[in-house]
Amino acid sequence: MELFLPESGLMIWMLIGFLIVLFILAKVGWPMIMGAVTKRNQHISDSLVAAKEANEALAGIEAAKEKAIAEQQAEQVRIINESQELRKQLIEEARAEARSEAEKIVADARIKIQKEQDEAMNQIKAEVITLSVDIAEKLLQRELADKNAQSRYVEEILKENQPRIEA
Amino acid sequence: MKTLLRHIILFLLLAFVSLGALHAEETEALDVKSFIFGHTSDGYCFHITEIKGKPVCVWLPVIVHSKESGWHCFSSKHVCELREGETYQGFFIAPMTDPKHPGKLMEVSASGEATRPFDLSFTKNAFGIFLVCGFMLAFFLPAAKKYKKDPMATPTKYQGMVEWLTYMVLDGIISPSIPKSKVPKFAPYLLTVFFFIFFCNLFGLIPFFPFGANVTGNLSITLVLALCTYVAVNIFGNRHYWKDILWPDVPLFLKFPIPLMPIIELVSTLTKPFALMIRLFANILAGHIIIMVLMALIFIIGGMYGAGLGSATSIISIFMMVFMTALECLVAYIQAYVFTMLSSIFIGMAQEGEEVES
Repeated sequence: MELFLPESGLMIWMLIGFLIVLFILAKVGWPMIMGAVTKRNQHISDSLVAAKEANEALAGIEAAKEKAIAEQQAEQVRIINESQELRKQLIEEARAEARSEAEKIVADARIKIQKEQDEAMNQIKAEVITLSVDIAEKLLQRELADKNAQSRYVEEILKENQPRIEA
Repeated sequence: MKTLLRHIILFLLLAFVSLGALHAEETEALDVKSFIFGHTSDGYCFHITEIKGKPVCVWLPVIVHSKESGWHCFSSKHVCELREGETYQGFFIAPMTDPKHPGKLMEVSASGEATRPFDLSFTKNAFGIFLVCGFMLAFFLPAAKKYKKDPMATPTKYQGMVEWLTYMVLDGIISPSIPKSKVPKFAPYLLTVFFFIFFCNLFGLIPFFPFGANVTGNLSITLVLALCTYVAVNIFGNRHYWKDILWPDVPLFLKFPIPLMPIIELVSTLTKPFALMIRLFANILAGHIIIMVLMALIFIIGGMYGAGLGSATSIISIFMMVFMTALECLVAYIQAYVFTMLSSIFIGMAQEGEEVES
């Protein structure tokens, strides 16, 4: 069968054609395609890693931001509390001051009253003295003659006024 | 309804086409064998059609070296159009019925005997080879150039296609079979083989000029391809591979004093590419023959039972041919795949040992 016998002429053409294509493609064809695709794959995977890292960094920044916000909020709360405390304290102080002032006023008033009372007492005393002197004068004018009666009367009066004198 | 009508009209047209052909054939009975092998085997001209009994061909150069008269180079027109008994510069083409060299260029020697000269003619298949070679270069080189220019550029659709095709072979066939460090060394050969076979197979299925040469269904071509794989396996095979062949790990009496196993192993290195050669050749040739037989069936039935039945057969035949051509498209891919896969497995086996050691 001729069909199953290789032809040397055709084999030579085949060898020439195939080897030329193989040589050209092996030199400037396949390595370029494979190299570029490998390079691009590498680039893509590198970029993906970089993107992942960037995302992680971003997440870190986000966390830091959250933390800062929380801290600020805590600070805010603290300041508000502090100011409230201060306000309370101030009010308290003001109140205490007012109280002491009032007490002072009251004490002053009391002293004044006392003084006035004393003065009044003194006036009354002086009045009493004048009164007694007047009485004595009158008595003297009336019963100057009788010495016994006089002294008895004085004693009587003194007896009567004993509690007063004592007081 | 409209589509159905259209189909019926198509049927009738197909039937009439074959009717016309049958009419032409009525004068002489069809020689099925020479019809089939004339189309599936190599030829000196690209036969396109026949108009009024005269062949319309693309003539290809005939280059022969005769032992007596040296080199000859002329258009195949001169020898193809010879009538029986005539010669051109002492050469003629043997008829397809010739038992020894059917359809081959013969030389009439001084003693009057017909001998076969050294034939380096640029035949139909050689044309087919260079067509595929040119197509491959035109298809892959612009992409490579673009990649070289700017590897990081967004690939165009064309580049995407080239990339997809390349990586289909690279990731699907080559990488799983060959140690990773050796892939850059052998991938160019395997990729070239894959696409060469694939495009040859596909071009062989296109039935008009400049395609249609049965390239991979020719033993000479598959022999060269298998030889290339043989070289790639054995020349680049490492020490471990050769040690496994010449001194395999078998009981001593199997390799000394009679080197039984080494001989078997050596033969197996030859049978592997031989199987590659036969598989590709037989599959593609069979596909072409089936399509040709289905074609010939119309004329056989027409010749036996008249034009009417022949026309009826043509409808069935053409449907079968469409189906077979579709199947052959699949086979074109599968055979390229199988050849490349087995080649890469054989190459990978000859590269293994070192990878394991290191």
